[in-house]
Amino acid sequence: MNCLKNDIESIIEKIGNTPDKLIEILIEVQRQSEENYISKDALKIISKELKISLSKAYGVASFYSMLSTKKRGRYVIQICNSAPCYMNGGKQVKKYFEDILGITVGEMTDDGLFSLEFTGCIGTCDKAPAVKINDKVYGNLNKEKVEALVDSIRKEEEVCDFSF
Amino acid sequence: MDNVNITINGVAVSVKKGTTILEACKKININIPTLCYHPDQELKGNCRVCVVEVEGQPRLQPSCCTPVTQGMVIKTNSKRVREARKAIVELILAAHNCNCLTCIRNNNCELQNISRELGIDSVRFDNVEEILPLDNSNPSIVRDGSKCIKCGRCVEVCSKVQGVGAIYNINRSHDMRIAPAYEEGLNNVPCVYCGQCINVCPVGAIYEKNDINNVWKVLDDKSKHVVVQVAPAVRVSIGEEFGFDAGSIVTGKIVSLLKRIGFDRVFDTNFTADLTIIEEGNELLHRIKNGGKLPMMTSCSPGWIRYVEYFYPELLENVSTCKSPQQMFGALAKSYYAEKYKINPENIVVVSIMPCTAKKAECIRDEMNDSGYQDVDFVLTTRELVRMVHQSGININKIEEKDFDDPFGITTGAAAIFGATGGVMEAALRTVYEIVTGNELKNINLTTVRGIDGIKEAEIPVGDLNVKVAVANGLNNAKIILDMINEGKADYHFIEIMACPGGCIGGGGQPIPGNIEVKKQRMDGIYNVDKSKLIRKSHKNPAIIKLYEEYLGEPLGHKSHKLLHTHYAKRELYEV
Repeated sequence: MNCLKNDIESIIEKIGNTPDKLIEILIEVQRQSEENYISKDALKIISKELKISLSKAYGVASFYSMLSTKKRGRYVIQICNSAPCYMNGGKQVKKYFEDILGITVGEMTDDGLFSLEFTGCIGTCDKAPAVKINDKVYGNLNKEKVEALVDSIRKEEEVCDFSF
Repeated sequence: MDNVNITINGVAVSVKKGTTILEACKKININIPTLCYHPDQELKGNCRVCVVEVEGQPRLQPSCCTPVTQGMVIKTNSKRVREARKAIVELILAAHNCNCLTCIRNNNCELQNISRELGIDSVRFDNVEEILPLDNSNPSIVRDGSKCIKCGRCVEVCSKVQGVGAIYNINRSHDMRIAPAYEEGLNNVPCVYCGQCINVCPVGAIYEKNDINNVWKVLDDKSKHVVVQVAPAVRVSIGEEFGFDAGSIVTGKIVSLLKRIGFDRVFDTNFTADLTIIEEGNELLHRIKNGGKLPMMTSCSPGWIRYVEYFYPELLENVSTCKSPQQMFGALAKSYYAEKYKINPENIVVVSIMPCTAKKAECIRDEMNDSGYQDVDFVLTTRELVRMVHQSGININKIEEKDFDDPFGITTGAAAIFGATGGVMEAALRTVYEIVTGNELKNINLTTVRGIDGIKEAEIPVGDLNVKVAVANGLNNAKIILDMINEGKADYHFIEIMACPGGCIGGGGQPIPGNIEVKKQRMDGIYNVDKSKLIRKSHKNPAIIKLYEEYLGEPLGHKSHKLLHTHYAKRELYEV
């Protein structure tokens, strides 16, 4: 807990403790969190330090699809469901991901590696259907590309995983 | 002054620059339906019900937040406008719990009125009403998300007027709703239970916790001796619900109907308001003489008490230890009154009629048991009493007037003004002046502390001392003064704070609507009660003098301390 408090306080110190810095702070706190989300304790500290009500801080954190108040996987797969992606087969892309990961949109895999969710337009309509995985965008997706994408992340993680 | 010339429905109108279309229409008696618009609030433009056609603009414009411009040609009643408004309201109704007959706001609902006015006879859209759990987690306020139309009025009053921020818009788009963080119950967030959100809600999405049935139950129980007290601000507002003008004084009628409803004794909270003045005035003098914590702040408003406990716990020692008049009454009813009339206090039930929702939470505070029992058992808001009157079938318009019962029936003008912002201050100064100087206060109307302004200041010479006072109503105004104290910039001796804008006359339990115009009329009513009283200073109240002689001894004495004073506790805002 203390560790969390210190981390957040130093983020706030760096960015500033005025209410207009809320979004920047939320983004950074989420980025530094291992589970890709803003925890309740973190939000309480932020609300206290910025002197804004917790309800308002939560209102902002729950408004933006890039922010999350629920635990997420290390890789957050955001499927664009704006019109151009939807028209170009976004619905199928969603199904490919659901099949290969064994979860539905809004869920996280048991190993905590992936979560699947929708997002609004990510600005790559020329590559529709597209998804965003953490900070990277992948476009022109089809079944093969989706499978390759998930495979490559899984392999990369196995290499890094020394826990056994 | 710059004027602009516009045309509304073919009629030429000249209005001040900056006027909105809605205001301009009002000027020529054109009514435009509104939902998110509230005369005391900022313009929102959320609901779109007020749209009108403006020549040359492709889209319909929301009239509440569109200022007029020179030469503007406006149509408020075209086919296009009528159809758009209908569609908008139908969309709201498709997501609304339309069980009007069992809704607390049946017959006093802005959505119901608009549906009728627009002639909506069916809803073309599928019902997408969300079944959300009712939040009745706390003793004061119930929230029903299925009725919420997301107008945002409650959020504004909670954040901006009260500076509390217990609720906010959460999530986005279709999933947006108004709730506390993490959709907790109001009991788990720093809600002060002031009920201002109820007063501005256009529909039945927020209302007070219903205690009517608890009261009927004790009235039906013949082993119980049920006494009732009526707060100062109720007598000038309840008439509104029965066709009287706001500010009409219906005290005698209230007493009469409470007796007919079946209460054994009907008492006046004004009596313990007088008592509060004696105790609080003496406490102030004691603090000044003995170097006690100053400025001293009033403690009558339970919403304010919760606020200071949550947000400014470092200032709790500045708050007067006096209980509120409601709680002083309860403590005396189950001690002094019980002894005097030889009634077993175990069988006494104390009911309060209050303009307030926070009083419901105040009466169940752990420390409010100094009589040996829970001092006040049930609190009904002004609105709940109205419902009880309707249920009882009594015609208040025709009913005879009666006086309050002894020994808590004789009251002064000083007590009457407790119901308005500045009233407690004025009442206290009337008494403090005479105690300190021993001279009669000639001009007892301290008009500088009267009126609807958020913050008022005055300096009153009392003997050798210039007493500096401040008065705040609405918690965001209180916050300004509290910050000044913390920064060492406030050299006041005495500060009156009432949680609700306007004071208790604008309380969260008062008739709806209670906008600023209505509040001003209620305030006039309060000062008319004061003017009509023969005795207008608390320390001259013969019944109070008798109470000290017979029972309490002296102000701040041993018995007073046991029964009439209390303490407060820091509340954690957000535990991490």
